[in-house]
Amino acid sequence: MSEKEVTPKLYDCRDAFAAALETLGDRNPRVVVIVNDSIGSSKVGGFQKKHPERLINVGIAEQDLVGVAAGLANGGMLPFACSASCFLTGRALEQIKVDLAYSNANVKLVGMSSGLAYGEMGPTHHSIEDLAWTRAIANLTVIVPADPLETSQAILAAAEVNGPVFIRLSRFPVPEVHAKDYVFEIGKAARLRDGNDLTLIANGTMVTVALQAAEKLSLDGVQARVMNISTLKPLDTVAILAAARETGRIITIEEATIYGGLGGAVAEVTAQHCPVPMRILGIPGEFAPTGSVEFLFEHFGLTPDGVIRAVKELLGGI
Amino acid sequence: MEYASPSFIEYLSAQAKTIRRHNLRMLTRAHLGHTGGDLSVTDILAVLYFAVLNVKPEQPAWSERDRLILSKGHCAGALYTTLALRGFFPIGDLESFARPLSALNGHPNRTKVPGVETNTGPLGHGLPVGVGAALAARLQKASWRVYVITGDGELQEGSNWEAGMCAAHYRLDNLTLIVDRNGLQLGNTTEATNHLEPLAEKWRAFGWSVCEVDGHDYQQLLNTFKAMPIEPGKPNCVIAHTHKGQGVSFIRDQVGWHHRVPTETELAQALQELGEAADV
Repeated sequence: MSEKEVTPKLYDCRDAFAAALETLGDRNPRVVVIVNDSIGSSKVGGFQKKHPERLINVGIAEQDLVGVAAGLANGGMLPFACSASCFLTGRALEQIKVDLAYSNANVKLVGMSSGLAYGEMGPTHHSIEDLAWTRAIANLTVIVPADPLETSQAILAAAEVNGPVFIRLSRFPVPEVHAKDYVFEIGKAARLRDGNDLTLIANGTMVTVALQAAEKLSLDGVQARVMNISTLKPLDTVAILAAARETGRIITIEEATIYGGLGGAVAEVTAQHCPVPMRILGIPGEFAPTGSVEFLFEHFGLTPDGVIRAVKELLGGI
Repeated sequence: MEYASPSFIEYLSAQAKTIRRHNLRMLTRAHLGHTGGDLSVTDILAVLYFAVLNVKPEQPAWSERDRLILSKGHCAGALYTTLALRGFFPIGDLESFARPLSALNGHPNRTKVPGVETNTGPLGHGLPVGVGAALAARLQKASWRVYVITGDGELQEGSNWEAGMCAAHYRLDNLTLIVDRNGLQLGNTTEATNHLEPLAEKWRAFGWSVCEVDGHDYQQLLNTFKAMPIEPGKPNCVIAHTHKGQGVSFIRDQVGWHHRVPTETELAQALQELGEAADV
């Protein structure tokens, strides 16, 4: 990093989520929030203060949380069900499949503190399988925003979709990765950096890691394209295939298991339509050891240096 | 207080017989379905759809409709037949049950079948959805009511009890749970499998008002449904004592008829018992 750079301001995307939700709640009396004793961790205290009657707390009961959300939608409301992603997706997966996706219920699921965000709390609280699980379900939109601006826009965009949407948030602080005039669109990848030597594809907290890696690589003369694929489903296959054709190599980076998430989704597209050498970075098939989020990112190579190591391996040593 | 004349009770009885005949023909044709549970819930469905529910078959998504959620989705046969006879779709559509690409799947799909409120099949899904719908009515100060029918074995699923706590906490007296208490589940009696009794006491302990009725007595069912809520501020649980296979002597109370369907010979005998050989 060059001397003139200042440390960027970091944001917890849940704050942008909370603000967007309050805006929606002010505008639309049908917006209702459902939590599982997760008012604080979902940051919906502000919404509750403004609209106490539209904050439903079902207690520690995730199957009920999702079923109640489906019923509220059936009754004409616009529900946002908010819970730690590990419990929301793991405990209520069949409700997500049947009550929401198969029934086409107009419910928005917001999975909080996903990936490794709970750090030392351990694998019970890590939510690294959620992308694979939700991506496998038909008729479910899956969005992983990367910064506050995108989070805010994703919440507003999800409210416009007539059907179920899963939005996966973190609590790990991230810098802004999009320009102020960025316009999020469901199903559209964002190219954040040009380059033709290879493409780094990331989502969520890993977008900033990809950008930092690309910056460092440019000092070695490697020009990496960086794409934020925030909508995991439906996938922007056009952008992925353009990256495969134009740059010939792809590395995916996600704060999730390497099985069935972003890497899997990209590989499914390239393998069938434009095979290119790939590396899939994420959490390998193991439960994380004890450690802080930062420690675990280092441990699993989910850092700019970890990405650069994978780039060098893929490019055959530079 | 009685809500119906003897002739209206006769009308309901005739509707229920018609539902049973159409349903058994449909299951026999498809070689698929849940005969025993369909027959045990038929009288409850007949009373609800022909005397209680405020619905508009020609406008199934009417926002002010009462909601009926058949949580025991494997009994789709009884639901489809009732919806067809109530006018939600042509009776002739029942011919397509379980055929390739039919809207009438083995379990109900709201995106394809008018009148179905939520997709069910895996057990323990209906009551949470019913709680949400009752909350939606409350939030909108709407007067429509929510009815959820579960099986009894289905109550072994823990999600029902999550929803039960929630409904009482939110004092949802616009919600009525009807338990089709036929005493049998797939492999055995409920009591030999994972006992439910004392079932009424359980629901009362969860904060519900409970009443027990004969689930094949049209007058009792009518009186009960028309007198909701049982107590203001409490969700309602109607334990309907029923017989699996009700209406057909050789199917009634037989655990083996959970998902066995009649042969042509058995169908003929059943139709004879149900009073008529052909419905047009």
